[in-house]
Amino acid sequence: MTNRQRMNIVIVGHVDHGKSTVIGRLLADTGTLPQGKLEFVREMCRKNAKPFEYAFLLDALKDEQAQGITIDTARCFFKTRKRDYIIIDAPGHIEFLKNMITGAARAEAALLVIDAQEGIQENSKRHGHLVSMLGIKQVTVLVNKMDLVAYDKNVFGSRQSAYTDFLKQLNVVPVSFIPISAREGENITVLSGRMKWYKGHTLLEQLDEFEPEKILADKPFRFPVQDVYKFTQNNDDRRIIAGTVAAGSIKPGEEVVFLPSRKRAVIKTVEAFNEPPKLSAHAGDATGFTMATQVYVRPGELVVAATDPAPQVGSRFKANIFWMGRAPLIKNKVYKLKLAATRTTVRLVEITQTIDSSDLSIQEKKNQLDRHDVAECVLETAKPIVFDTAHDCETTGRFVIIDNYEIAGGGIILEASSVEGSILEEHIRQRENIWEKGLITSFRRSTKNGHQAKFIIFSGAVGVGKRAIAKKLEEELFAHYSNVYYLGIANIDRGLDADITGSRDNLEERIRRLGELARIMTDAGLIFITTIDNADDYDLEALKLLNEPNEIVVINVGENELSHFQVDLALPASVDPSRAVEQVIKMLKSKEVILEYYL
Amino acid sequence: MSDHLSKLEAQSVYILREAYREFKNLCMLWSIGKDSTVLLWLARKAFFGHVPIPLVHIDTHYKIPEMIKYRDRLALEWNLNMVYGENREALEHKLTFPDGKVDRIACCRNLKSEALKHTLSGGWPRYRMDHQQKKYVLDTNKEPYTGVIVGVRADEEGSRSKERYFSPRDINNEWDVGDQPPEFWNQFKTDFAPGTHVRVHPLLDWTELNIWEYIERENIPVVSLYFDQGKGKRYRSLGCYPCTKPVDSTANTVKEIIAELRRGKFANIAERSGRDQDKEDGGGLETLRRDGYM
Repeated sequence: MTNRQRMNIVIVGHVDHGKSTVIGRLLADTGTLPQGKLEFVREMCRKNAKPFEYAFLLDALKDEQAQGITIDTARCFFKTRKRDYIIIDAPGHIEFLKNMITGAARAEAALLVIDAQEGIQENSKRHGHLVSMLGIKQVTVLVNKMDLVAYDKNVFGSRQSAYTDFLKQLNVVPVSFIPISAREGENITVLSGRMKWYKGHTLLEQLDEFEPEKILADKPFRFPVQDVYKFTQNNDDRRIIAGTVAAGSIKPGEEVVFLPSRKRAVIKTVEAFNEPPKLSAHAGDATGFTMATQVYVRPGELVVAATDPAPQVGSRFKANIFWMGRAPLIKNKVYKLKLAATRTTVRLVEITQTIDSSDLSIQEKKNQLDRHDVAECVLETAKPIVFDTAHDCETTGRFVIIDNYEIAGGGIILEASSVEGSILEEHIRQRENIWEKGLITSFRRSTKNGHQAKFIIFSGAVGVGKRAIAKKLEEELFAHYSNVYYLGIANIDRGLDADITGSRDNLEERIRRLGELARIMTDAGLIFITTIDNADDYDLEALKLLNEPNEIVVINVGENELSHFQVDLALPASVDPSRAVEQVIKMLKSKEVILEYYL
Repeated sequence: MSDHLSKLEAQSVYILREAYREFKNLCMLWSIGKDSTVLLWLARKAFFGHVPIPLVHIDTHYKIPEMIKYRDRLALEWNLNMVYGENREALEHKLTFPDGKVDRIACCRNLKSEALKHTLSGGWPRYRMDHQQKKYVLDTNKEPYTGVIVGVRADEEGSRSKERYFSPRDINNEWDVGDQPPEFWNQFKTDFAPGTHVRVHPLLDWTELNIWEYIERENIPVVSLYFDQGKGKRYRSLGCYPCTKPVDSTANTVKEIIAELRRGKFANIAERSGRDQDKEDGGGLETLRRDGYM
């Protein structure tokens, strides 16, 4: 009794095909309703002078009763002798498709309700499509309102064959079709005496036949880093990498790789509270690890076992997307992407194929995705991200797209897509093509100035003394060459970037603006100096690209957390600024940024 | 990971960590009841023994005294960042149901919804436990909390069954039930326009029985009012004493409560049947919840 299974079942269908009645009936006929609830609803109906319906049991909200349609996903708890169920009632109305998706995405099995009399409606098809995309493997179709077609075997047969054909195109093979009348209680908990021709399961039996979701313990280990904790209270010195295991398992002593940073470490402990230390962590566990050696990683990285097949690392992929946003999904607009624990920005590169979800026909090539469209698209993230195909690992193979604070779309990754030139590279190429030049060439400028134009970046963690060195460098160079400028990075936060909110998500846009600014400053012949906290490889690569055709010089101060970007000079943390500047000048001379004889 | 309590625990922990990652000004409501105490325990699980989120309690001053004693004991023992707020004006002017000046619904609105709204916004004074002095002092932090973690369960009553894990509230604290964000594949709405805030509901999928099973498994201390003290009565749901009645029960251990819920007398009786304000609100609690009631 203490170890009872629980299963989430979603119930979907076209408006008025009777989902809520099915659930109401199920609850009433199995005696699951709280004492007095049935009487309470009957009483409410009597007071309001309307006929009692089983659907009212669920429609607990006032405006929902007024409209007569389920507007949101509601959960009902229900149990059989075998296990406990959460029945998720998803709305059928097209306007509430996002609610239907919310319900369906939590389910291990789906009940699709169709009306025997009305047959397969647009939403019946759309729902079939979404159930397929959401990855629900077990589907039972309930052909409801059999009482309205005189319990006719042939009507049931024709609905069954038409819907089977449709679902086949979506690779959905229903577990079963059940003819029911929810209003009359036929084939819900006991086999119907009015449909003796039907020999299959009742709805109740079918529920118990569904199989629980398989635990993905034998798959490659995947652990999205949700957060990194270092709580110091009570002298706690653990640095814990926290998250939920998406697939596979791991043990202390095993080597793991963090991606995309490519840092390696060995698992030291599996942490827990109020229980003894654990010997392993498995798919589904919300857990945390300490590492044998300190690694500095950010939330959003993916931990994989060093010996397991590696996931994809790239910035372009092909995906099936369904769009729910009020505004269409368009090209040349920056969206936010959330994939497992990763958050980044993403753009639409191309729509390869749009599918009309009501008849599955492939539509003419579109330039944008409108609300309720389903399409195969190519997307590009600002920085390379780590992912699997949805087929290989669901958690790391599907994502949502945020537009204007709302989850506006969801998608499953089909395959990595090769990059022939990133959107950024394409932008630079176009920009440079039409860059209007004055009459003074950069050669004339640098000859007159006595130095090259350069974008000098001091990178490193917060509080290592970057700014003091950068300012000192400006002063030192200024003594000999006038064309040098130090930009306090906070000045653009409050000026050029004042319209950008939410620092973490919009780092890419800040980087872009800084890079474009550097392009102009270096075009003016300046030695342009600034500092950036915690820049990663991709930030620096983007700045390098944005500043082209001019060049950048990167000086790292303190611990170097970059994995592959080559810095031009590495200085220790808290180094004396004057000593540091001597080294920087020496490096600049060796690169002939400034010429020896001027100093 | 196959048993249902571990599954529920893992999902709640995931949600708590997601909230902690995404919201800077986050707090957790602690009503001292069993659900929000389980939630507090889950936070200790999520953050490995720490509770890096302030706990907010709305003191109506009609709470059963044991509840306040228990609150302060755990606050000190578990090193909690404990904060409480109240509707001082309503209390001073006796705009309460026990004082006979307003009905139950208005009383709830005054002492809970209003107090909560202004405590969260920082508009009314907050009192914070000072762990050195072991008493409450005026909180200097007046920043509004923009993320609020709440221990509601979908099985409690109708309107709660429609909540999301991450549920937005607009500038006026209002809940637009008809237009909620989609939520799928463990991706929740974590992006918010300035001025709006979010309620986070990690216990949505738990039932009353699950709560007690987990209290038993983890040996979580709960306030003694839940157990029969020899008079054949115990509280099943805790609130203000004028509006909450104990039920007839001799259960005085967690085990006995679980047995009662599984097969015994309460298996099919709604938990909040002892709460009188529900009945006055048409059975839905919805009027109160739209106004920010938890």
